[in-house]
Amino acid sequence: MALLEVKDLKVRVEEREILHGLTLTVNEGEVHAIMGPNGSGKSTLSHVIAGKPGYEVTDGQILFKGEDLLEMDPDERAAKGVFLAFQYPVEIPGVATMTFLRTALNAQRKARGESEYSTPDFLKKVREVSKSLNVPQDMLKRGVNVGFSGGEKKRNEVLQMALFEPSLCILDEMDSGLDIDALRIAADGVNALRSPKRAMVVITHYQRLLNYIVPDFVHVMSRGRVVKSGDKELALELEASGYTQFEDAA
Amino acid sequence: MNVAVAKTGSGRAVSDLFTSAEGRLPGSPAVIATRRDAFETYERLGLPHRRIEEWKYTDLRALVGELLPLAAAPDAAALASAADAVKAHAVAGARKLVLVDGVFAAGLSDVKALASEVGFKTLQETLEKDAGLLKTAAVDAVISLNAAMASDGVVLSIADGAQLSAPIQIIHVATAASASAFTRSQVAVGKGVRATIIESFVAAGAKAYQVNDAVILSIGDDADVAHIRLLDDAPDAVNITSQFVTVGANTKVNFFNMTSGAAVSRLQGFITLAGEGSDLSINGVNLLQKTEHGDTTLVVDHAVPNCVSREIFRAVIDDRAHSVFQGRIIVRPDAQKTDGKMMTRALLLSDEAEADNKPELEIFADDVSCGHGATAGALDDNLLFYLKARGLPEKQAQALLIQAFVGEAIEQIADDNLREHVIGIAERWLERRS
Repeated sequence: MALLEVKDLKVRVEEREILHGLTLTVNEGEVHAIMGPNGSGKSTLSHVIAGKPGYEVTDGQILFKGEDLLEMDPDERAAKGVFLAFQYPVEIPGVATMTFLRTALNAQRKARGESEYSTPDFLKKVREVSKSLNVPQDMLKRGVNVGFSGGEKKRNEVLQMALFEPSLCILDEMDSGLDIDALRIAADGVNALRSPKRAMVVITHYQRLLNYIVPDFVHVMSRGRVVKSGDKELALELEASGYTQFEDAA
Repeated sequence: MNVAVAKTGSGRAVSDLFTSAEGRLPGSPAVIATRRDAFETYERLGLPHRRIEEWKYTDLRALVGELLPLAAAPDAAALASAADAVKAHAVAGARKLVLVDGVFAAGLSDVKALASEVGFKTLQETLEKDAGLLKTAAVDAVISLNAAMASDGVVLSIADGAQLSAPIQIIHVATAASASAFTRSQVAVGKGVRATIIESFVAAGAKAYQVNDAVILSIGDDADVAHIRLLDDAPDAVNITSQFVTVGANTKVNFFNMTSGAAVSRLQGFITLAGEGSDLSINGVNLLQKTEHGDTTLVVDHAVPNCVSREIFRAVIDDRAHSVFQGRIIVRPDAQKTDGKMMTRALLLSDEAEADNKPELEIFADDVSCGHGATAGALDDNLLFYLKARGLPEKQAQALLIQAFVGEAIEQIADDNLREHVIGIAERWLERRS
């Protein structure tokens, strides 16, 4: 069984159809890149998989481990193992990062019927994970993302990914707003989390990110559909020729 | 019987509320005469209603209607149930002074543990000599009513220079259902004092009771005082509290109030900055649900130059609850270089929640910096989605954001035990949300 199956998905925002029948299959252990020009529907796909309100699915389905994802609330999807790394992680003043991480992790564990972490066990786990990702302890003491640089925000997303151990990670434009050093650090964190049990969907406008996170498959989106799929060579081809040919094709 | 009906003419008729209580109210014959005068003032004015400007949003005639008879002095059973409530609501490390149904309960209080610099009497004891403490400015009818009916209270004087390491916690416990408690307390804080005073209002199983409290707080020069008031009354109770505060020179005062109970509540504070160079900070939090009505009305009077006042008021309003904030800043002609600002922030958790906000600036000096601001809104959908996408169910995500919203105010409380205590009250309020 595929980990994620998106079948002929049609999505509207307000009165406008953004996805016109998108199909995508992701198996355990695979890394898929989704590329495409602005407005092709890449971010819409990531939002619909995570369950963001404001999108109306008019047709098609999304199965996750064989279950209907569209029937679940966002928190249930998270507990099942779906993780969206946000393009622009929000700042939450007044909520300490540690409190947030513990509350979220324990909420997921509770939903799965697992025992919740005690405070000492949780602290131990966070320390392990943040050490392995070179996340400074100081970052954990501040409010969630408050005053973080773009790079720190993305690193915080990767930290959460490592802590929650999801089976599907969707990285929405992880490279946006990052300089090359910050990008490399974030990508190293992501690569460390690649495993045969975990799949990743990397959404990006630019090929650059794929030099650091090397995908098994590349899909090109244009005007709400996947118009071409291939291996990592496709990304290089796009870098050379641009998206224009696919816009014409779509 | 509706005692709210205003009497006309010069008749000396007094209603049952007073006559039935008169024999039990403490004080010399002169004190009783003062009470009678105060009650007549109350009767003439009647319960405040919406056509009185200061009570526009809190129409007591509509919200309360009838005043309940004076609660009986607590018996052994009442004191026993109060003891449990005191245990549950005491702040760790604080020296407790307990009033049960409006009467001081020595057995539940820590009078002997008070610091040597703290003088203590009950209101009853002071009224044996004179009626001075009943004679506050009769700003409105509820204050006159309090003067007429006050059955007891604590009278504290903190000597110059005292540095109190332990907070003093005055706990008002209601055990009598469908009855009223009238209390009046005074705290006189000397020069250079450092102290934390807490006032808690709680129920020991009592329902549908009414509280009318008055506090007279005078703070000397060079002092550093925190006053924390925690209204956690039963959900069907009424609590009307009037505070009269005078602040000396070069003094720092931090007020904090959190209302997390009572069907109808009003805190009215009349604060006069009477000495130069003082710094007044007021943080208010209203946590309201169901059909609760919570009103905070503050009058900050800058009577002298060079003082700073900051009022930050936060309301979390759920269901059909109604939060009111009225803030008046008066800057007297001589009070140059006044810096007075107020800000209100309302978090509306339901479409039917209501927040009313009335700032008033009365500025008679020309070299001042004064201002006010207000925001009202729902929880941020983007923040909620982020939290839900990380596995938090809706209610839990909301709770975390609400805690963050009020947390900014709670963080200002310096005493660790007290801050934890207040966080605990806010958490229990969140758990009560349906």
